Amino acid sequence: MDPIVPDRIQKELDRFSKQDVYIHLETTNGAYASHHDEKAINVGAYIRNARIQYSRGKIRGDGPYRVGLKMESGWVYAEGLTHGEVDPKGRLLLAGHNREGKLTVALQLSFEPFE
Amino acid sequence: MNKHLLVIFPHPDDESFGASGTIAHYRREGIPVTYVCATLGEMGRGMGNPPFANRETLPQIRKKELEEACRVLDIQDLRLLGLRDKTLEFEDLDELADRIGAIIQEIDPHLIMTFYPGYSVHPDHDTCGAAVIRAVEKMPADKRPTVHCVAFSKNCVDELGKADVVRDVSDVEDKKVAAIKAHRSQVEGYRGGLKEKLDNKDPETMRWLLKERFWTYRFDR
Repeated sequence: MDPIVPDRIQKELDRFSKQDVYIHLETTNGAYASHHDEKAINVGAYIRNARIQYSRGKIRGDGPYRVGLKMESGWVYAEGLTHGEVDPKGRLLLAGHNREGKLTVALQLSFEPFE
Repeated sequence: MNKHLLVIFPHPDDESFGASGTIAHYRREGIPVTYVCATLGEMGRGMGNPPFANRETLPQIRKKELEEACRVLDIQDLRLLGLRDKTLEFEDLDELADRIGAIIQEIDPHLIMTFYPGYSVHPDHDTCGAAVIRAVEKMPADKRPTVHCVAFSKNCVDELGKADVVRDVSDVEDKKVAAIKAHRSQVEGYRGGLKEKLDNKDPETMRWLLKERFWTYRFDR
C-alpha cells in the first residue's frame, strides 16, 4: 500500500458513488490490548460485504485522513487512514497503520463481494 | 502403539510461538506430526513493517508463511479448517468439535496439543481449545489421547498451578526461531521489537521462547 494521496483517493471515491457497492469497514486495537495493559479495553468492530450506496464521498484532513460517505439515510465514517491502493481487482483499499505498521482501521469498497 | 502428534491451533504462528520446539523434537525422533490450523489469521493487524500486506492479500500471505513454517519444522501434514479469524466463538461448538473429532478418529494421535480453554487470552484460542476438549470428551475414557494445553493468561498459574510439562527446546533454537520468522507479516512490528530481539538473540526473549510450557488437561476434574 502507498501513503495516501488525497486527490487520487477522491477520484476513486467518486468512481464508486451513486451505485451499489460492497463495503468492508473495521477498526481494532487488537485482541491482546487488555492482556498487555490492564487499563486497556479490547475494542474492535467490523462489517464485511454490507451493500451500500452513497451520493457523495469525501476524503478530508492533512494525514492521517478521514473519509465520510453520505448515504440516503445515514453515514459511513472512518478516521486515521494513512495508506491506500486500488488493488488488481479494481477495489479501493484504504487503511490506517500505527508506528509498528499494524492495521488500526480499514475502509474498502468493491463492486463485487469481498471473499 | 504408534506415536503421532496432533497439533490444533486457530492461527498461523500459534504453533511457532507455543509449540514449535516440541514439534521439532518429535520430528527429530521420526514421529509424524499433523497440524490442524483453523483459520488463516485473516483479521490479523500485523501487515509487515513497513506494511507489505493489506486486509485482502493477508490470508494468502499468511498461508504461504504457514507453509514455510511447516517446511522449517518438517510438518508433513498440514490441514486447514477454512474458518475465519475472530469468528470461532460464534460458530457451533459441537460442529467444530465433530470436525476435530473426525480428524482425531482418522489420525489416532497419542498426544494432542492445543490451547487451554479459558486461559489463552484470544477468544479463538479459547474456543479452539474448548472444541478439542469437547471432541476428546466424547471419546470413551480409555481411548482418549493425552492433551497438552498451552496457556498464557495472567491468571493461568494462579488457577491451574504451574505447568506440569516444561520442555527445554534450546537444542532446536534455530528451528524455533526460523519457524517464528517465517511468519514475517506478524513478526515485523510485533510488540517490543521481537524481530530485532530474535536477530540479536536477546537473552530474556530466548529464555521465554526456549522453555515450552504445557498443562496436561485433566478430564477427571
